[in-house]
Amino acid sequence: MRVTTTVNGTERTADDVWPGESLLHLLRERLGLPGAKNACEQGECGSCTVYLDGEPVCACLVAAGQAVGREVTTVEGLAPGQSLHPVQEAFVEAGAVQCGFCTPGLVVAAHDLLARVPEPSDPEIREALAGNLCRCTGYEKILDAVRLAARRRATR
Amino acid sequence: MTTAQTAARTTGRIGENAQRPDGTLKVTGEFAYASDLWHDDMVWGVTLRSPHPHARIRRIDVTEALTVPGVSAVLTADDVPGENAFGLEHADQPVLAAEFVRYEGEPVALVAADHPETARRAAARIRVDYEVLPALTDARRALDDDAPLVHPGGNLVRHLRLRRGAERPTAPVVVSLDFEVGMQDQAFLGPESGLAVPAEDGGVDLYVATQWLHVDQRQICLALGMPPEKVRLTLAGVGGAFGGREDLSVHVHACLLALRTGRPVKMSYGREESFHGHVHRHPATMTYEFGAECDGTLVYARAHVLLDGGAYASSTAAVVGNAGTLGLGPYRFPSVAVDAYGVFTHNPPCGAMRGFGCVQAAFAHEALMDELAAAVGVDPVEIRRRNGVQEGDRNITGQVIDSAAPVAELLQRVADLPLPPALPEQPDLRDLPGAVGNTTHGEGVRRGVGYSVTYKNVGFSEGFDDYSTARVRLQVTGGEAVATVHTAAAEVGQGLVTVQQQIARTELGVEQVVVVPADTAVGSAGSTSASRQTYVTGGAVKAACEAVRTAVLQRAAIALGRPVAGLALDGDKVVGAGGEVLAGLADVLGDDAVEETVEWRHRPTHAVDPETGQGDAHVQFAFSAHRAVVDVDTELGLVKVVALDTAQDVGKAINPDAVVGQIHGGSAQGMGLALMEEVVVTDGHVRNPSFTDYLLPTVLDVPPMRVEVLEYADPHAPYGVRGVGEPPTISSGPAVAAAVRAACGKPLRRVPIRPEHITCT
Repeated sequence: MRVTTTVNGTERTADDVWPGESLLHLLRERLGLPGAKNACEQGECGSCTVYLDGEPVCACLVAAGQAVGREVTTVEGLAPGQSLHPVQEAFVEAGAVQCGFCTPGLVVAAHDLLARVPEPSDPEIREALAGNLCRCTGYEKILDAVRLAARRRATR
Repeated sequence: MTTAQTAARTTGRIGENAQRPDGTLKVTGEFAYASDLWHDDMVWGVTLRSPHPHARIRRIDVTEALTVPGVSAVLTADDVPGENAFGLEHADQPVLAAEFVRYEGEPVALVAADHPETARRAAARIRVDYEVLPALTDARRALDDDAPLVHPGGNLVRHLRLRRGAERPTAPVVVSLDFEVGMQDQAFLGPESGLAVPAEDGGVDLYVATQWLHVDQRQICLALGMPPEKVRLTLAGVGGAFGGREDLSVHVHACLLALRTGRPVKMSYGREESFHGHVHRHPATMTYEFGAECDGTLVYARAHVLLDGGAYASSTAAVVGNAGTLGLGPYRFPSVAVDAYGVFTHNPPCGAMRGFGCVQAAFAHEALMDELAAAVGVDPVEIRRRNGVQEGDRNITGQVIDSAAPVAELLQRVADLPLPPALPEQPDLRDLPGAVGNTTHGEGVRRGVGYSVTYKNVGFSEGFDDYSTARVRLQVTGGEAVATVHTAAAEVGQGLVTVQQQIARTELGVEQVVVVPADTAVGSAGSTSASRQTYVTGGAVKAACEAVRTAVLQRAAIALGRPVAGLALDGDKVVGAGGEVLAGLADVLGDDAVEETVEWRHRPTHAVDPETGQGDAHVQFAFSAHRAVVDVDTELGLVKVVALDTAQDVGKAINPDAVVGQIHGGSAQGMGLALMEEVVVTDGHVRNPSFTDYLLPTVLDVPPMRVEVLEYADPHAPYGVRGVGEPPTISSGPAVAAAVRAACGKPLRRVPIRPEHITCT
């Protein structure tokens, strides 16, 4: 089938999409956007988190066909061109990135949290990121990164 | 809102918090992991795996699979051109099962097709006629006379026998216990993946996520029947490893399909296949006995450790080596009798995972130290302080610990950290065991505190030739001095790329350091394992930089007519002893590049005596201590870890932030094994191969973690570094288990601790 969807502000079309394909597969294998990651493919790890019409979703649980006519934003689309969003900047600076496989999903989840709650408490951060597994960091520096990004937003 | 992109160009010398050169790519989604690789005309490879833990293969019929439109190849054991065998220490594992399958999930056939779903459907049409055979799935039966044989040579992989001191020691206080540790999964997030591209010379180029390119290359060459120059490997982006990428996964399979189809082949496991596609941490059954004086001073230890190696050898022999030589913890024992066994079963193969044999043993020896403390009436910190090794002591293999061994200080450091406040009268649900499950408002909740201390060998042991190779080039490009570092060392997330840059900046005085992709075009760097790369590849990079610096300064000395002795490099300049500028580097080098390649070795280790286990088996020891604080809902058996604090001696923190990050992550993995992580295997079948059913700690499970970093330089190591990655994974779990025991008063002789163990229901 043909899938036409808006990804990071640009209308994109893919042909011969198998109906069983996930939005994650569409993005990664057909549209050249491998930023969303394929760690569990059953909605447990959050590595594939993207926005679908402004709502964060696990792209592995969304059928490609469900994205038809809707707007998808991936980690590649959070900041224009070569620039970094403050959340991305904070993840680098705080040492929240090790292997980095969880990072795109966590960046999108943190981006969503700060858009809703500009100055989150620690329990609020933990609750918001509870759907994103990280195996390397023990989460401490990820929490640091979210706190840093929140402070930066507050002062700008 | 956006800001200007931080350039991937970073700064920082050793001891500074240099940022990762790959950090920007990783936060923007541009970093190319192995599963992101893509080639214009590539096809997808999938694996058909055995559903049985033990069976004879009577016949394989691929006819129907070949008729599926879009399928370009179906391969079985008959299609392996070289030796149908691989393995880290012994080539005992078939690339594709031929006559027998020996564990559930063993690869049997391969399919290449134009879409992964097509390949999976075709694989489902391969007809394998199995004769199911009795399976040996209880490691405790493996050495019985009537046990089914997993391999013709018997079911013993290794027995390490260790004897020291008195033959029949006695002591006024004797404590003993049995302990079991479940099977833990590395659960790296990036699934096993690779892209094999057939080359014009008849060889193949493989881009793959791995921990040691050259040991992969050796095994692939054996299976393909090709020389190393025809099998070239490049490290693809690695999404975590933790030991689970030491053994081959997609490697040979992708190459076989690429060579057969003449097209690039991508393979990438889903999570369920990943659980079957890599080795796990050995489950352990242990019996320990300690004898002590009435004041708690240890007199002797007896230990029996049984590790279930599963169906193939993998690194079981080396894991047994660690469980035996290090399996009593960092304590002084005048007399010791240890027997550590690794055995074959028809369970999933087990091998390397962070902590490597020390993790299992630590649960037993730390639980027993707490028993001893209770028996002689001292507290858990004091019993460890009283018996902890010190620099200059001999450990249980008779090896002198010849650098810092700060057991007592590490314990004191964590003991001195403030304890978290008690739960308030009306606690926030999120701070309670069960959290927003609303299972308690504080009633039935008891707090417990537990301590643990450990030590771990750094680098490969028992006489292994454990070297690394580094190639460093210095040249002036666009008026700026640029150093290029080339090694085959695998960056798996730990930050070795950053460390390499920091070392080159320090040694060559340059700012701009490029670390080129790791590949087999340069000599082996050894494995990214055993907490060894900062030490060994760091040592190689340092040595190569020193060679480059010497060569450049010799040129400068000739050009300037001055002795080499007073010259140094500083950025783009050659300077004198007082820092005065004597020449531009460009004036000395012109368009030339100075390049040196160095193979670097740490001091040798030695095999242990086969009868007594005595010998200088290890090159370095790394120590850490943990204190865990937990709240336990004693009625429901739910645990909330409140704090998990570490003190660790790292010798020299090349990158302090990255060191702390390693300790955080390692601590969380140890906590996971104590409380939730287990690959459940019954009758040889994995029951929970998914992240829905295999529980990993989330950000709600892991508590705030304070880290005290000590830097007692090891005089034998480059910059005094000590391996960092593994010790926290060893000591955190036993501290958590001890804290749960302290809270609920139950003996808890098995991990992961389940609710029913706490409630005894």
